[in-house]
Amino acid sequence: MTETAIIHPSKETGSAVDIVRVRKDFGSAVGVADVSLTIGKGEFVTLLGPSGCGKSTLLGMIAGFVTPTAGKIVVDGTDITDLEPYRRDIGMVFQSYALFPHMNVHDNIAFGLKMRRLPAAEVEKEVARAIAMMKLEGFEARRVRQLSGGQQQRVALARAIVIRPKVLLLDEPLSALDKNLRAQMQVELSELHRKTGLTTIFVTHDQGEALSLSDRIVVMNKGAVQQVAAPIELYRQPANGFVASFIGEINALPPGRCELKDGTASLVLPGVGPLVFPAVPASGFAPGRQVRAFLRPEHVRPVSAGAAGPNVVTGKVEAHIYQGSHTITRVVVEGIGLVETRVTGADIVASAPVGAPLALAFDLSEAVLLDAAA
Amino acid sequence: MRSQKIGSIAFWSLVVALLTYMTLPTIVVLMTSVNPTEILAFPPQGVSFDWYVKAVTYPDFQIAFKNGLIVTACASTLALIVGSAFAWLIHHYEFRGRGLLEGVLWSPLIIPHFTLGFGFLLLGGAFGVQQGYVMIVLAHMVLVMPFVTRAVHVSLANIDPALARAAANLGASPFQVLTRVTLPLVVPGMAGGWLIAAVLSLTEFTASLYVTGSRTQTLPVAMYNYIREYADPTVSAISALLIIATTLIMLVADRTIGLRRVLAIDTH
Repeated sequence: MTETAIIHPSKETGSAVDIVRVRKDFGSAVGVADVSLTIGKGEFVTLLGPSGCGKSTLLGMIAGFVTPTAGKIVVDGTDITDLEPYRRDIGMVFQSYALFPHMNVHDNIAFGLKMRRLPAAEVEKEVARAIAMMKLEGFEARRVRQLSGGQQQRVALARAIVIRPKVLLLDEPLSALDKNLRAQMQVELSELHRKTGLTTIFVTHDQGEALSLSDRIVVMNKGAVQQVAAPIELYRQPANGFVASFIGEINALPPGRCELKDGTASLVLPGVGPLVFPAVPASGFAPGRQVRAFLRPEHVRPVSAGAAGPNVVTGKVEAHIYQGSHTITRVVVEGIGLVETRVTGADIVASAPVGAPLALAFDLSEAVLLDAAA
Repeated sequence: MRSQKIGSIAFWSLVVALLTYMTLPTIVVLMTSVNPTEILAFPPQGVSFDWYVKAVTYPDFQIAFKNGLIVTACASTLALIVGSAFAWLIHHYEFRGRGLLEGVLWSPLIIPHFTLGFGFLLLGGAFGVQQGYVMIVLAHMVLVMPFVTRAVHVSLANIDPALARAAANLGASPFQVLTRVTLPLVVPGMAGGWLIAAVLSLTEFTASLYVTGSRTQTLPVAMYNYIREYADPTVSAISALLIIATTLIMLVADRTIGLRRVLAIDTH
């Protein structure tokens, strides 16, 4: 999946951003490795990955702060690879917001318009519009130091959208906020995107933010794109082990062999036996193939001891992780290793104490099968 | 509880004793300035402001004060220009010998003023430069340079590097980034550095003693020459005036440009 991905079908046609085999080396280290990506007009795309995966470097290259070693970046059909940052017409919200401390809210928002030499009356009209859109009425004369984190965030957004940029870049803008505010700002970001229709590239290491906000997610690791997909597809059909374990919780079963006998598909795990699929899996399955199955904790269900069935295994409870609405229970199963199960409530903490045996039923209907060698 | 109370009393007694020790010499001088008789006596035998009148009307002091203002204005301004340039260089670029450059810029802090003044005098002799404005200004400029450089460097270091990027992102050319963002944020630091330099230059004595001539002497040198001949409270009065003036300048500066913040004394 490192090659050009398709344009999101539900949006306007025509691409807003084309990233063509872009590469960035830092000395002998690779920052970004030959990334190609096409982003449609009005699309909300998230670059997701752990720190050091190259997502911020890629964003920096789109903004013009980092010069690519190779490749080109095209925005609205114009090659901007060698264009200075201040000629790019790309809006950006920085992680630290980077509001000008010597200016008030109004002047911060007006800055980009003044740089564009807009007539004063025009500047006032546009600033007023942005202030109304970000619900900042009454704060025009405030110094940015006097604002709360959420208000600063809104000023940073207003300052970036008021210039009507071709693309809006968001560099981990929610990471400085506390949890409640973060949830609220996620909703506001979604709303803003819907209202403005701006092509948006969002950088985060938080998979929750990525899943809830994006049209498409670009998962990156070690400078390379691992998968480009819509959130639901990414969760259900991760392309490889990295994506599977980075997005949500997942159990990786040991490698096994696919078998098809009398129309029944199964996965034979050495030392455990066959696990039966309810139906022949649509992807990843081929008789005789060595695969690894990945299974979400919600598809592993505790069952009463002695319950018989083809997909029931028994292990020993190692720990309970109580999360309020649900509990994650970690079970060590011989031949498989650590398996996590996710159940509603906290009853399991009492019914299956640490050290006690626990029978688990695997629901393989949602299992992800990946090549064992990959 | 009891031992805690004794400890607390001992602690505060020590604090008060130290503060008294620090300010006592100044207080003694200030008190002698109001002595009505013609001797430097402590404690004073009455209260009179006659010596203040004499201090401000004494021609040598008037000339010396004017000299001092000229020297201070020139030396601090030159130090500001050169020091800001060096601060910019040190802040923005990694280069070989950066550590050495910083060391040289800091050296006036550890080299005795006596040595610097004497050195300038010898150097002037070698190049045929007489004691006078040029030599004083050059000597003072060197003495105050570390403080100006430091103040500007601190202000530059306190600017979030993302601000320049944000400005560029919004369409500001590198020159506009400098004039609209960087300079406005460094100006308070430059003003603070200039003020500290001015106060130091105005009150500098040791180096000035060597590089000033009889007609170009600055106020501290004039005060020294006065007290060698007369032992009346006039010098105490002029000391008091100098202290009051510099205190007022500092207070006004703190109010207007946030002196404590730009000198990184107050980090809030």
